[in-house]
Amino acid sequence: MCGIAGFLNLNDGKDASIATLKRMLSSIRHRGPDGAGVYYDGRACLGHARLSIIDLAGGTQPMCNEDKSVWITFNGEIFNYIELREGLLKKGHVLKTHSDTEVIIHLYEDHGAECLKYLNGQFAFAVWDKNKGELFLARDRLGIRPLFYAGSGGAFFFASEIKAIFAANVIERAMDPDALDEIFTLWCTVPPRTAFKGVSELPPAHYMTVKNGVASIKQYWDVDLSGCGEELGFEDSMEALKGLLIDATRLRLRADVPVGAYLSGGLDSSVTTALIRNFSSAPLQTFSVAFEDGDYDESVYQKEMARALGTEHHEIRCSYSDISENFARVIWHTEKPILRTAPVPLFLLSGLVRKNGFKVVLTGEGADEVLGGYDIFRETKIRQFWARFPDSAHRPMLLKKLYPYLPAFQGQSKFYREAFFNTGAAGTSDILFSHRPRWRTASRNRLFFSDWMRGMLKGSAEDAYAKTLPAGFEGWPPVARAQYIELKNLLPGYILSSQGDRVSMAHSIEGRFPFLDHRVVEFCSRLPLRYKIRGLNEKFILKKAMKPHLPENIVKRTKQPYLAPDGKSFFKSGKASDYVEDMLSDERITEYGYFNPGPVRLLVNKCRRGAVTGFRDNMALVGILSVQILHRQFLKGPVAAAL
Amino acid sequence: MRDRVRKFIFDNFLFGADEGSLKDDDSFLEQGIIDSTGILELVAFLGEQFNIQINDDELMPENLDSVNCIVNFITRKKQPA
Repeated sequence: MCGIAGFLNLNDGKDASIATLKRMLSSIRHRGPDGAGVYYDGRACLGHARLSIIDLAGGTQPMCNEDKSVWITFNGEIFNYIELREGLLKKGHVLKTHSDTEVIIHLYEDHGAECLKYLNGQFAFAVWDKNKGELFLARDRLGIRPLFYAGSGGAFFFASEIKAIFAANVIERAMDPDALDEIFTLWCTVPPRTAFKGVSELPPAHYMTVKNGVASIKQYWDVDLSGCGEELGFEDSMEALKGLLIDATRLRLRADVPVGAYLSGGLDSSVTTALIRNFSSAPLQTFSVAFEDGDYDESVYQKEMARALGTEHHEIRCSYSDISENFARVIWHTEKPILRTAPVPLFLLSGLVRKNGFKVVLTGEGADEVLGGYDIFRETKIRQFWARFPDSAHRPMLLKKLYPYLPAFQGQSKFYREAFFNTGAAGTSDILFSHRPRWRTASRNRLFFSDWMRGMLKGSAEDAYAKTLPAGFEGWPPVARAQYIELKNLLPGYILSSQGDRVSMAHSIEGRFPFLDHRVVEFCSRLPLRYKIRGLNEKFILKKAMKPHLPENIVKRTKQPYLAPDGKSFFKSGKASDYVEDMLSDERITEYGYFNPGPVRLLVNKCRRGAVTGFRDNMALVGILSVQILHRQFLKGPVAAAL
Repeated sequence: MRDRVRKFIFDNFLFGADEGSLKDDDSFLEQGIIDSTGILELVAFLGEQFNIQINDDELMPENLDSVNCIVNFITRKKQPA
């Protein structure tokens, strides 16, 4: 796991030089503190900041093929590289190292873009084919590793993080109002859009070629949840899933450095940890976040799991002030506004892992998406059941079974609960049926946008997102549609980026995710819904499969989503820290121009009174503060001047 | 009473939008003004400001879904039994 950066000169080479690349690399040094390398031939320049994990002595990059005509800079891991290497050797390739990087070069030589289908891993890389004069960029199927690009007219730039592209000092810096609208509605940007104008994100499961100044982007993989697969019996499916998870975990333990694991106290990370413990001989250390605020703390379950598996356990305790003090540093790494503070404790956790001498952790991310774990899937199931008989008095009563961990939700009357989830006559035929209630709620926070922002918006973020969905999507079952949206939207756009790669790589920590092995994702996509959610029992097949290996309390526990305190982290006795007060002041809100100072002032006053309790107000506060900080860090100056 | 209710709605849910943006008959639910937890904030405000006890079975749109509904509801509650 590393950081990559580079460029391709498109004409006279005035826009970029070796000095440009050095600036780009040094801006992402946190991703690869163990070494750096550069390749430059006058046209293409590839740079690499290395975090040594596999083939510590021989894995230096950029790396080339036998005749030095193909060069690569690579961020990530190819977990099946040992098997791929054996196949390449049999075909007569000469491999100089034992790294996974070199395997990609030779696969690319043999198969071109088709090489991607052989890779089991998490990756973003650039290959420069000197003879063809073509730059080839690719990103893994689920979007675990990031890759951004921008063109200046004179050069094409790419990098693991946007700050490296800005470090080239060629791309004009400006926030994209439509991106802010997407974040305030959908919670994340939809690639290729990023928070910044002129900088694009290569979408997950896509590759890109740049040749003779022409860029072309293609999708090479997608998950099919249309429900047309062949059905295995439950017992056979359960054994097959368990076998796949054991193998996915085994592959992800491949490293020449020790591997640790995160323990959240929930089912998914417990499964991952149990798989490591039960199906490998690796010694194990585990890491967790505990919260001083008991409403968010799961340390009892974390410790129970650590005891049950006999791991050496480490914990970091997170307070309100920890969140407030580290929030701006986290925004520097997320490079996009966020609506929740949840990435901050994970940033602190990766720091704890690093302090203990680890570079790699396995985590449970992806299980909720592929096995129907999120509340939104149960919610969709109930709303679908209700929509068949909209006048039923009994069906909507099931809504009370949702969100048992939210006192405000449980305390409201049935009339209001039903009104919130009733999205109108369109019912399940609405292509965004599953996500409409929460996106509608989130988008109300547009009321904080300034007149300038509103004038810049080109349309509705929801409508624009709906156009990106695959052909025939409206015919998929509603829960399958919800799963697809979570897998393609929030997973890469927030969970794996703002809560994943960006906050772990801030401390040079690589996350690995057995549930996101593409074989697991594809297998689970073919499972019938009733195997995943039995009645309203989420991740049913996973619980059954792993029951012998987990404490009963963990399996039976009511699902608790990972959350951190939002608004109350910033205000103590009605006062926030100096930087928060400054960022939210009338003066700074007016200066940056994205929001209307009057409404922001009222929201801040509500926070001072401790009266902000609902998701909507909390999301508004965290969203506004993060936009302001992002502007300060990346643009600095009145927004109009930056455009 | 009406002014205090309107001010609470504007300060806490509409965050200072133009006075004309909310008519006294406008439905909070239809316009998305109050979210699923906002109703609890509203009930706490009404109880405290007007010294009334609101029962669970009174948490319904007929009583709380517009400025007029709220004013009528409080008026009824304040009348001697």
